[in-house]
Amino acid sequence: MEMGSPMSWRMIPERYGLIGTRCENCGTNYFPAREVCKKCRRKGKIVPMKYSGKGKIYSYSLVASPPRGFELEAPYFIAIIELKEGPLITGQLVETENEDVKIGLPVSVVFRRIQASGEEGLIHYGFKFKIDRK
Amino acid sequence: MRRVAIVGAGMTKFGERWEDSFRDLILEAGMQALQSANMKGDDIDALYGGTMAAGRLIGQEHITALIADYMGLNPIPATRVEAACASGGVALRSGYLAVASGHHNNVVVGGVEKMTDVSVSDATTALGGAGDQEWELFMGATFPALYALMARRHMHEFGTTEEQMAAVSVKNHANAAKNPYAQFQKEITIEQVMKSKVVASPLKVFDCSPITDGAAAVILAPLEEAKKYTDTPIEIVASTQASDTIALHGRDSLTSLKATRIAAEKAYKTANVTVKDIDVVEVHDCFSIAEIIATEDLGFFKKGEGGKAAEEGRTALNSDISVNTSGGLKGCGHPVGATGIKQAVEVVWQLTGKAGKRQVDNAEIGMTHNVGGSGATCVVHIMKRC
Repeated sequence: MEMGSPMSWRMIPERYGLIGTRCENCGTNYFPAREVCKKCRRKGKIVPMKYSGKGKIYSYSLVASPPRGFELEAPYFIAIIELKEGPLITGQLVETENEDVKIGLPVSVVFRRIQASGEEGLIHYGFKFKIDRK
Repeated sequence: MRRVAIVGAGMTKFGERWEDSFRDLILEAGMQALQSANMKGDDIDALYGGTMAAGRLIGQEHITALIADYMGLNPIPATRVEAACASGGVALRSGYLAVASGHHNNVVVGGVEKMTDVSVSDATTALGGAGDQEWELFMGATFPALYALMARRHMHEFGTTEEQMAAVSVKNHANAAKNPYAQFQKEITIEQVMKSKVVASPLKVFDCSPITDGAAAVILAPLEEAKKYTDTPIEIVASTQASDTIALHGRDSLTSLKATRIAAEKAYKTANVTVKDIDVVEVHDCFSIAEIIATEDLGFFKKGEGGKAAEEGRTALNSDISVNTSGGLKGCGHPVGATGIKQAVEVVWQLTGKAGKRQVDNAEIGMTHNVGGSGATCVVHIMKRC
């Protein structure tokens, strides 16, 4: 979907800075941010929380048929990453060959271009993940 | 609450219907349903319609007003229901609740999607709206990719294989080959599935439901009046629904849909039946892995054993449990908003002995399972011969 400037800008703290939230009442961490704790609801005490960007691969898929806007990058890996702080999050894996990818491998966040609105439009940045090499 | 019956059912042939518009399709299914209930327009008190993405696919919103208009049903109330791929199932539940409550007497419920007027890429993008636009689709995930993430995890946790997933598609094509309404009336082999092009690994083209035009409709009436319209009413003995996180990554598990488990548990309890009583079930196999997960979550097989069951033929026509006799979303086609209603039409035909070559022997109790997105909505119906 075409994304306008206001939509892209208001997501900068989360997408650039990995700022999510945490419920101080029950200790559950949320990324992306939630303003209502799923467990405590109105009794929850939600505060901002910065995430480390460290995690491991929980599941992955090599996307060969891309959606509109991702044609040049295909094929690319989409993964669900289990962040060190607990939440699962969806993102692309970069600089990765087929045989490298396995469930459980440690990854770190990297800052990348995600997509652009139209040919000369606004570039939307955000996080992707890279497998940690020893 | 009053008891509710389905007294009429109809559907179009599913497929690439280049000659027919959105309104042609729903009119064809709606009139067929009205005729099968021996009803006239004057007998209908309200209309509910399920469609997911008419605005994105044909530029038309306000679709139930249009349907009521073209079916000659003005001035009855006409309400659109949207829950992504579960739009049809949730529309059926809305109609059920309207009749059960006593507010409306006879209700027509339709589901329709016209998908081939746009490119495959545009259709895929429109369907992406069923997921989390800001946190899944934005990152480059597609619907096949989300189900691929579930498949990979199912393989990891339970040893499910790509061949077992392929067996689901092979079985659904075998059923579709016996269904004159199906998009693909053709059998396929495990080898063909395995060799088909990768869409999002480990899912291949033949693991995925197609892009389809089609419509389906049912007529609901209070059970006590049902025999006025048909000799073979089918009672809806349970209509349940549950929700879960919009994004797949928000769930407790990638290998089970909690919304399915909750809706199914409530449905069995409401209908006072167990999974062993179900003779025929239409499950939401938008991807082959989805049928495996559904047959586990609905209780037909233990968690992790759905793939093996499919491979052993335990879900084939007239085996342990006849799953997706219509051919399912894979073989019969998946006009998104129509799917939930088509599932009901298939079960009605099975329970009234009208399923032709794909008839399940002595089918008395049937079930439908319709999922929205990657599992954020699930709606389950149990139906019974009267």
